[in-house]
Amino acid sequence: MIDLIDVLLVSIVLFAIGIYGLVVKRNAIRMLFSIEIIANAANLNLIAFSRDLHNVQGQVFALFSIAIAAAEVAVGLGIIIIAYRLYKEIDVEQFRSLRG
Amino acid sequence: MADAIFYGVAVLTIGSAIISLESKELIYGAIALAISMLGIAGFFLLLDAPFVAMFQIAVYVGAVAVLVIFAVMLVRTQELFTAREDRGRKIAGILLMLITMGGIGAIFLASGVRDPTFGNPNTTPIDITEIGKSMLTYYSPALIVLGFTLAGAVIGALALARREDIVKEND
Repeated sequence: MIDLIDVLLVSIVLFAIGIYGLVVKRNAIRMLFSIEIIANAANLNLIAFSRDLHNVQGQVFALFSIAIAAAEVAVGLGIIIIAYRLYKEIDVEQFRSLRG
Repeated sequence: MADAIFYGVAVLTIGSAIISLESKELIYGAIALAISMLGIAGFFLLLDAPFVAMFQIAVYVGAVAVLVIFAVMLVRTQELFTAREDRGRKIAGILLMLITMGGIGAIFLASGVRDPTFGNPNTTPIDITEIGKSMLTYYSPALIVLGFTLAGAVIGALALARREDIVKEND
């Protein structure tokens, strides 16, 4: 029997790694990786609480969340590919024409 | 036994998450991300959610990882692999990571979820048919909206990545 708090601590560590990646990395694909890691940490929380509260809603929400994340990756990679075509670069600091 | 498996999966997931961000080659990072998602699916199995685990493997390890690997191959150039990271920014990122970890961890450790009697002590796993029932009754509007969202996202991605500079041969 796995305690709820252990799973929550793993999820916090994953979330913090994702935050680190978003802050430090300038490569657009690596930032997408960080977003994926954060989304998965959130899903892990949903499943852990669903098990402990014995409620099916957590699993249903996790399924919705996974599907939305898949759509988000498709659009994100499309944007990265078109940005690469325009700038020949995927360093987010080089995408200057998006600056206000 | 369950504890040993739990620690193994935790080390696998967190380790490959770090590798996916810190590896020199982007393609190894993409593969490490897939392994990390596989570890998350292992957690779902350990937490009595086999259906979500299979969904996670199908969507993340099957679809998203392949998509990311193809994108990495499409944008691969030499200068992308030279790291241009600020030292100060890296230190700030590590500090922010530790603050996040310590802060949220302290909140969770101080809260009631640490109590072993938290929640429902009933340990029988949730029936998979319950997921289908609630998805097709109470959550059916959300399911329809989700279908439209997915269709819109796929069409949007196709429209974004379309090349307009290629002229058709029969024109």
